[in-house]
Amino acid sequence: MQTLVAYVENKPGVLNRVSSLARRLAINIDSLTVGPTENEEIARMTIVAHTDERGAHRLEASLEKLVDVLLAENISTRALLERDLALIKVSADQQNRPHLMELIKVFRARVVDVAPESLIIEVSGTVDKIDGLLEVLRPFGVLEMARTGRISMTRGGDLLQPPVSESSGSQLESTGSNAK
Amino acid sequence: MKLSGAEILCESLTRLGVREIFGYPGGAILPVYDALGKSKLHHVLVRHEQGATHMADGYARASGGIGVAMATSGPGATNMVTGIATAMLDSSPVVCITGQVSSKVLGSDAFQEIDITGITMPITKHNVVVTKAEDIARTLREAFLIANGGRPGPVLVDITKDAQQASAEFNWEASAPKLPPKRRRNNHDQAEFDRAVEMLNTAKRPIILAGHGIMVSGAMRAFEQFVRAGNYPVAMTLLGIGCFPTDNPLNLGMMGMHGEAWVNNAIQEADLLIAVGMRFDDRVTGDLRTYAKSARKIHIEIDRAEINKNVKVDAALVGDARAVLERLTPHIETRDHSAWIHHITELKGDSAVRDIQSLPDSGHLYAAHVINDLWKETQGEAIIVTDVGQHQMWEAQYYHHNRPRTLITSGGLGTMGFALPAAIGAKFAKPDSEVWVVVGDGGFQMTMSELATIVQEKINIKIAIINNGYLGMVRQWQEFFYDKRYVATPLVAPDFAALANAFGIRGERITKRAEVVPTIRSARESAETVLIDFRVEQEDSVYPMVAAGASLSDMIRRPNNPLVETATEP
Repeated sequence: MQTLVAYVENKPGVLNRVSSLARRLAINIDSLTVGPTENEEIARMTIVAHTDERGAHRLEASLEKLVDVLLAENISTRALLERDLALIKVSADQQNRPHLMELIKVFRARVVDVAPESLIIEVSGTVDKIDGLLEVLRPFGVLEMARTGRISMTRGGDLLQPPVSESSGSQLESTGSNAK
Repeated sequence: MKLSGAEILCESLTRLGVREIFGYPGGAILPVYDALGKSKLHHVLVRHEQGATHMADGYARASGGIGVAMATSGPGATNMVTGIATAMLDSSPVVCITGQVSSKVLGSDAFQEIDITGITMPITKHNVVVTKAEDIARTLREAFLIANGGRPGPVLVDITKDAQQASAEFNWEASAPKLPPKRRRNNHDQAEFDRAVEMLNTAKRPIILAGHGIMVSGAMRAFEQFVRAGNYPVAMTLLGIGCFPTDNPLNLGMMGMHGEAWVNNAIQEADLLIAVGMRFDDRVTGDLRTYAKSARKIHIEIDRAEINKNVKVDAALVGDARAVLERLTPHIETRDHSAWIHHITELKGDSAVRDIQSLPDSGHLYAAHVINDLWKETQGEAIIVTDVGQHQMWEAQYYHHNRPRTLITSGGLGTMGFALPAAIGAKFAKPDSEVWVVVGDGGFQMTMSELATIVQEKINIKIAIINNGYLGMVRQWQEFFYDKRYVATPLVAPDFAALANAFGIRGERITKRAEVVPTIRSARESAETVLIDFRVEQEDSVYPMVAAGASLSDMIRRPNNPLVETATEP
């Protein structure tokens, strides 16, 4: 599993270009999240892909060839902070509810909705943590689940910021005067 | 100055240096055609939109500039798809302009509405829909910048009819490209560069793999200086042909599936591959597990995504070929590779005796004869535009090019039907050059309707049909790998000479070797287009051949008697 971060133009069709590229390279995307950045014209993506280092290089370099992608970087080998968020609706009756509440406490999850026959649990953390909670909840009956997919950020001073705009057309390298 | 979107489009194209547009009108692009009529642009009416894209592609490849194709929405746009993909695979800068239904009805399945930007997303370098007249000038400038920047490729601009009709203020200066900012990458660090220099200076058996990128980068001189500095033998990819003169003794010829045996053997024996502006296509490498196993590899390439894609390299110098070569050349210290070059010359001597040119005239007309004679008669100076298949490989083997951009051929996509329209585009790019189409009887029948375009435009190109009555390359595969079961490859064709006459073009039919040279001469003397139908040996095959997926070392060689065709010969 490889993790890439990309800054892209925040406009229609860009998500399609990114996902279509992964499809063309025959790379299966495990999760892809998109959200706004401080700059409303730029969106940030975290792409988790089923591929090896070579595939991730190809994806990274190919992404950067897209006009609307400002930067793409494989951050898999760096020190990362990763978060996934899940909402889990689990069936809960009077009898098992105390037991459930205990588990939720252990996992530092929260109950965000209470109904006579069910609870909705909100949990955030690493994928492993959420998978772990899910495993212990399963015997109670998981009725529904929604997960955001992973967002990732490199730790500490390892900054990954979108490039700032220079003069127009700066993104293209000169090919030399090839008309000669 | 207030102009309509259509007028802005024509004015912008003119300012971008466009003279010819290859296109076909229709409802959703009619406002543009109305404006075209009032502009100085010359519109070439094609017979099928695929032809328009191939013409723009041929124009781009012959000139080094950008070719422009135009079509209406819906079927006009979808007919362009093959031509766009052809340009994409061979990194050819083509700008396609399509009409689109009005923005008000976009998404309603209106008449001749199709999502052409969706369809062409994976086969364009970039594409964009324009719905406002005021965005047209800037978008076109961006399209031209993208098409010919870095590694070139096709760009499609889809313009809604209401954007063509609306009027907007036209201000060229204010319409400068506004592309998103890009992270600047440090292409290769000093350590990588030093590693490459060390490999260059310690190699005993180096060989250069020269690709299309050398021409795209305009690096011919830098390349020649690099070759001279290191005294490196040069092998070329199909699209690299022309980047380095064939009459230079260091030029070995083409590599790969139908490359010369001595070239492939030299690659397999080399201790250093210096790949310049090429992408280790499977037709070049054969089986990757056995490819150049004893060689270290340096890859000079502008596209970072190509590095380590097929072949893992030891040093990757990402950047424009000319810039990288100019930086490398002063560091080359070792140039004595005489033992190695002598060895390759010996390999070559062994192969030449198997060559069809060395065989006595048996009265049979071989395609190789025709192409060899064409090369001699034109002194290798013509622009040759080929189609795809056996004749294409024979051209690469027997027509010796000395100048860049004189072989125009569909390499990556292998698009049959490419030759005739691409040659028309090449002729517009180089009106003073002699342009020959070398095409098979199969590929010619795919786009032969463009003969009418030739007549309407009154242009002078020469058409050599290498007619063997088969889809020859497929037949060859059936002969070698499917036990001679010739399914769907025998091909009925019209009388091409009579067909040419019907279009108002002179047509000739040749069946004997002795007739080849006089007919080529007489065609060259004509100021008009001439079509020659060469009826060649039906079941000849291209040798040597590396079977798909086989090792470059395992070549099927030409049998000593070419009339006894066999694949079992080692």
